[in-house]
Amino acid sequence: MPQIEQLAATFSSQIFWMLVFFGFTFFVIGRGMVPKIMDTVAKRDTQIADDLLAAERARKQADAEEESWRERENANRAKAHALIAEARATAATETEQRLAAAQVTIDGKIAEAEAGIAAARKAAADEIETVAAEAARDIIGRVAGLSLDEGQVRAAVKENLVHG
Amino acid sequence: MGQGGQERALPFTGDRDIRVAAEAKVDPMHQFTIEPLFGSGHWSIAGYNIAFTNSALWMAIATVALLIFVAGGSKRQLVPGRWQMAVETFTGFVDGMLAANVGPNGKKYVPYIFSLFMFILFANVLGLLPIGVLGLHAFTFTSHFSATGVLAIMSFAIVLIVGFVKHKLHFFSLFVPHGTPAAMVVPIFFVELVSFLVRPFSLGLRLFVAMMAGHVLLEVLSSFVIDSGNANIGLFAIAGLPSFILMIGICALELLVAGIQAYVFALLTCVYLNDAENLH
Repeated sequence: MPQIEQLAATFSSQIFWMLVFFGFTFFVIGRGMVPKIMDTVAKRDTQIADDLLAAERARKQADAEEESWRERENANRAKAHALIAEARATAATETEQRLAAAQVTIDGKIAEAEAGIAAARKAAADEIETVAAEAARDIIGRVAGLSLDEGQVRAAVKENLVHG
Repeated sequence: MGQGGQERALPFTGDRDIRVAAEAKVDPMHQFTIEPLFGSGHWSIAGYNIAFTNSALWMAIATVALLIFVAGGSKRQLVPGRWQMAVETFTGFVDGMLAANVGPNGKKYVPYIFSLFMFILFANVLGLLPIGVLGLHAFTFTSHFSATGVLAIMSFAIVLIVGFVKHKLHFFSLFVPHGTPAAMVVPIFFVELVSFLVRPFSLGLRLFVAMMAGHVLLEVLSSFVIDSGNANIGLFAIAGLPSFILMIGICALELLVAGIQAYVFALLTCVYLNDAENLH
């Protein structure tokens, strides 16, 4: 095989050119270019990690803001509910008071009216009595020719009106 | 063939012609022949031949291809394109391998392991390119232990240097695992020492053998296809066609082996570096 047959003749050339080209590969490519590529990769990894961290932070902040918004919203809703309840209570009280006042007025008016009615009734009854007494005295005077005392007639009429 | 030692400057030309003329058939080992290119056969430093061979040419091609590949992925965009993504996958792969095998101390070896892994991977895959159909000859320099040995010794040397610099003579405690009975310390020490010293050989030979075996197998199978095709149609149907179908499968397997051997080389270097960094 040529590897062995040519060894004595070619080993120096093989070693020399191997060192030259592998040396070039190592110093120019390995030492010169590879660290830059690795650096780029590292930089990208760092940036990705940072971005993920920032995204995580933003998400947490959004969550916190949503939470605080929810709290604020709940507080506002509770406040609104309280306002409504208060307004309702106030309105109810007011209505009650107004109703009570109206009731008092109505009661007064009713009492007044009833008093008026009673007075009118009494006046009417008196008038009827008077008219009846006069009529009865006239009738007695004409029929029986008696001239009776007005007071007696009136008492008799009253008696009859009440019991008749 | 036999002329290697005679003259350092022009020792291995004409090898192909002698062999092809003599045997007049496909020689599966011929593909591994190293030939000087561009008349560089006489180049030398301090008496040592440094001819720019087909092997060196493919080392250069692998280096340039790797340079183009990595440069294309060095745009440093925050949102990577496909090319950058591909390069970053490889750097991430090497980084992960070192993190898993060496731990946080392994980060500083990323340039070396990346160079090692990608250089071997490109060499293996480029050597498999079917550019023979264009009349060119792909050469897999990782099928030469004189090439893989350089990488293996380099890895082993780094392990030794890191181990002794970091742990001084404590590094020898690597050869005595925890819980060794007192009577066994000396024999275990030598067993472990031998297994440690074998590492560069196993590292370099594994890659060389795997790559050579695959290429020989492909060459042998292709010679079956060609020879049976030249003989007659019946033989081609019995031997040539099945060999061709098998070759397609072996080609896929060889691509896998190309990746796996690069991975194994890099992974074992990581494991050895872990010994040097963290002892046991």
